[in-house]
Amino acid sequence: MSILINAESRVICQGFTGKQGTFHSEQAIAYGTNMVGGVTPGRKGETHLGLPVFNTVSDAVTETQADVSMIYVPAPFAADAILEAAHAGIKVIVCITEGIPVLDMLKVKAVLKDFPDTRLIGPNCPGIITPGACKVGIMPGSIHQAGKIGIVSRSGTLTYEAVHQTTLNGLGQSTCIGIGGDPIHGMNFIDCLSLFEADPQTEGVVLVGEIGGSAEEEAAAYIQAQVSKPVVAYIAGLTAPPGKRMGHAGAIISGGKGTAEDKFAALETAGVRLAHSPAEIGQQMLAAMN
Amino acid sequence: MNIHEYQAKKLFADYAVPVSTGLVANSVDEALQHANTLGGTQWMVKAQVHAGGRGKAGGVKKVASLEAVKEAAGALLGQHLVTHQTDALGQPIHHVLIESPTAFKRELYLSMVVDRSSQKVAVIASQAGGMDIEAVAAKTPEQVFTQLIHPVTGIQNWQAQELGFALALDKSQRRQFNQLLNNLYRLFTSCDCSLLEINPLVITEDDKLLALDAKINLDESALYRQSQLAQLRDDSQTDEKENIAHQFDLNYIALDGDIACMVNGAGLAMATMDLIKLHGGEPANFLDVGGGTTAERVTEAFKIILSDSKVKAILVNIFGGIVRCDLIAEGIIQAAQQTGIQLPVVVRLEGTNVEQGKALLKNSGLDLITADNLADAAQKAITAARESAV
Repeated sequence: MSILINAESRVICQGFTGKQGTFHSEQAIAYGTNMVGGVTPGRKGETHLGLPVFNTVSDAVTETQADVSMIYVPAPFAADAILEAAHAGIKVIVCITEGIPVLDMLKVKAVLKDFPDTRLIGPNCPGIITPGACKVGIMPGSIHQAGKIGIVSRSGTLTYEAVHQTTLNGLGQSTCIGIGGDPIHGMNFIDCLSLFEADPQTEGVVLVGEIGGSAEEEAAAYIQAQVSKPVVAYIAGLTAPPGKRMGHAGAIISGGKGTAEDKFAALETAGVRLAHSPAEIGQQMLAAMN
Repeated sequence: MNIHEYQAKKLFADYAVPVSTGLVANSVDEALQHANTLGGTQWMVKAQVHAGGRGKAGGVKKVASLEAVKEAAGALLGQHLVTHQTDALGQPIHHVLIESPTAFKRELYLSMVVDRSSQKVAVIASQAGGMDIEAVAAKTPEQVFTQLIHPVTGIQNWQAQELGFALALDKSQRRQFNQLLNNLYRLFTSCDCSLLEINPLVITEDDKLLALDAKINLDESALYRQSQLAQLRDDSQTDEKENIAHQFDLNYIALDGDIACMVNGAGLAMATMDLIKLHGGEPANFLDVGGGTTAERVTEAFKIILSDSKVKAILVNIFGGIVRCDLIAEGIIQAAQQTGIQLPVVVRLEGTNVEQGKALLKNSGLDLITADNLADAAQKAITAARESAV
């Protein structure tokens, strides 16, 4: 078991024939991902990387029964690509694209409420991987190892750090999800935690957060109430200078939350084991499992 | 991206949001000329900088003679304004806004911001205008009122009504407020704002709503479709190194320490800084070289780092995903050749094409310190910085 994607997932790529889409589809295929085709408008009937190209996501789904899509479409068109995938019946939409305007994402989120069975991961994220089975994203496959730890993170490369450490100490990963660093994004910590809690393969969870917003505080409350598996958390940004991020109205809404100290404190209160150093994530997870 | 008050007020006026009228000047003579044009016997002279808290910091002056206009403009222009939101150097003042003062009965607070938790645009209002709204929210949260805007409907009438009543506005004021909110929201969405703030929004002696201040932050990601607004960028208000970094799509923030960092990914960059601090060092900067980086950008990143004379050692921490380690290695070699780096460089590479990257560095003949993991890298960088400082 794993969450969201596995060896049976039927994956397509939107922006398939572009530079990014091509490179990362090649990598995904090489990893063993069950890729079944791709979408580039106007390129119907072509074969790319040995797979069929379709004009629309809807065509791709009809022809290939795809249920997962990874999006490498440029930022001005990426919000539209997400909505097209949702309307075509894709169940797991993974949007890697960085730099989508925030107001576009607000509309996407409002429309996605019409598709309660559809999950959006990202945008501006490394994607999702179930080691040894299915890679949908830009993460280096080689650092992963099938195992028992679920990893959920707001950061890209910092996720790799947690992966690398849990591979080196032999724990391995069930599924790793980068939920993305944009203020408005798809799945959040709580969505992922609830899936990890229900997944028999997952025996522990690593949560990697960052300063800003209150997602980690909300996750802490959820963990305390709903998660029985051991959780290790690291929050990046203890030394980040204040006031370099947002005008002050944003801080009013989150009730003055958002600092790394606050987040660490909230997680500790919820019984989460803290990794105070990013180099100690694997070590702390191992300790929490014993 | 931040813009100045005078630029924001121009946008307000374009969207029929009532604002105090003023004229912007970049010299004392021009300030005087504007004061004459505006007429009257009193003027406001307001420093135009990208920071809040200008009033308390002496950046807003009320004067009662043309001579005093001259004096106030002269005292501000060309100087730096230090407020509680700036660093110790402050922000340079290149423009002052000259306005006629407005007599008012009440000061309110109004803002719109993209709210992460609700994933909607939030309208925030309070009767406690003209004050530090963060303090108001912390001490008396019941005085802060919020409405969340659905992207399909925009601001609904009942929401404007609820806020109007919460602000204790009378019938005519509520009508103006409703109109103002709708215009402001139209501005927010049409211009891809991420924050829009009026503090204070006043009720004048003759019962008109009027924005005495205006603050706008624009969504950087949307500037590709806001080409006119993109021109409002004022590079004088940000660190020079940060501006150069921006040109090369590098995310750089200058700090006070002596260990420069070059990292891919914002999260890992922050984690690297945290780790340096944890091991007893001080980071000199935050630098995220980003996803689709090239050897050329790595070279530019090195140049920016090296232009900071405080730097005693450089720590390169790359976990390759999209960024290939061999490309980073090429960049490091290229940069070393172009800039003739004299400082110790600690390199930690991991991820995509790590072996090729390490081989390139090894065969380059450069004197680099390699590290095997995060903690090792931080420790080696701190040691190197101490030795090179001696």
